[in-house]
Amino acid sequence: MLRNSDRGFGAITIALHWTIAALILGLMLIGFVMRRMEIDPVLQFSLYQWHKSFGFTALGLAILRTGWWLVERSPQPLPSLSAVEHEAARLTHRMLIASSLLVPLSGWAVASASTLDIPSFYFNLVVIPHLPLPKSEAWEAFWAFAHAMLAYVMLVFVAIHTAAALYHHAVRRDAVLRRMLRSEAGAGGADIVAKGK
Amino acid sequence: MIAIRQLPLVILPLALAATAAPAVARAPALADAAGDYRIARSSIIHFNVPQVGGGGGIAGQFTNFSGAFRIDGRNVARSSVEFTLYPDSVRARERRIEEFLRSSAVFDTANFQTVTFRSTRVTQTGPDTATIEGALTARGKTRRERFSVALTDWNRRSISFTIRGNIRRAPYGMDVGTPIYSNVVSFDMNITGVRR
Repeated sequence: MLRNSDRGFGAITIALHWTIAALILGLMLIGFVMRRMEIDPVLQFSLYQWHKSFGFTALGLAILRTGWWLVERSPQPLPSLSAVEHEAARLTHRMLIASSLLVPLSGWAVASASTLDIPSFYFNLVVIPHLPLPKSEAWEAFWAFAHAMLAYVMLVFVAIHTAAALYHHAVRRDAVLRRMLRSEAGAGGADIVAKGK
Repeated sequence: MIAIRQLPLVILPLALAATAAPAVARAPALADAAGDYRIARSSIIHFNVPQVGGGGGIAGQFTNFSGAFRIDGRNVARSSVEFTLYPDSVRARERRIEEFLRSSAVFDTANFQTVTFRSTRVTQTGPDTATIEGALTARGKTRRERFSVALTDWNRRSISFTIRGNIRRAPYGMDVGTPIYSNVVSFDMNITGVRR
């Protein structure tokens, strides 16, 4: 139940997947509002701090997710997938794993390189130190640009990943999306068996 | 209550010159220091807001202010001070911080051009020290605050004090950034009064 099997995902993979997905979408939304919209400066300051606290949470979970992805087996691809589709999915998953690490790391770099030197006070509980990076307006601007670009790239892969899952669910009517929703291997397994034979 | 009309920042050491410690600044005889002063532009209004985990916090100065004080020759307790500062003149280590301090998040200088202080009570605490209590008004809110004053220099034409006070900013509607940045703003001022 907790571990992945050849036939489907375990509860750990599923919980990490959806928690990180929710964090990523929430962080994208907060990031857009706090950077691209004209808002009250008190709200803006507050959103930055929430963005940092949730961003560090996302980084921690992404590190766990990456470690889990490296050591845990992956279920067999559904037989309904062509070789090209399977390769495209693998590439997309790798890009999502990589960007789930790089986007928050580059955000941490923004806070670290900023001459404003605002402490990262994780949910007002503990101060997370800055990365040992040079502080200047130029470096801050560089990291802010990198953070935004990496986030946009990630958003593209999130869109591809989501569209593919919905396509498989609604059009191909296979178990691609379903097996990331439930850890019971039954449905996915039956699907594999039914279509594989 | 004539005294109360004036700024609350300063107090005077009254002590007899003869008994004052000779060290830094000998306190003048009260009669010598008594009089009306205006606060010189060369005075320094410095503040600091500490940040969590140490580090510099938010430090800065106000460069535009005005004020006056009266040292009562018969009764120091009747001395008084009135002080106005223009928060739009805030200077910090970078423009983004200055603009944030001016914004509606902190001083809201578009709607509140001044921060004022009027003393209500002056209490001598030593030969060259005193405390000043008074009404501080910022962002439309008035609260009783207290500053400690120490005489640093004086001559026949001017008199200087170091004035320190810790002000909690949240009651004035300026609690943005807490608890990353302390609620307590520490003021460290060097005020010079020039005899009028």
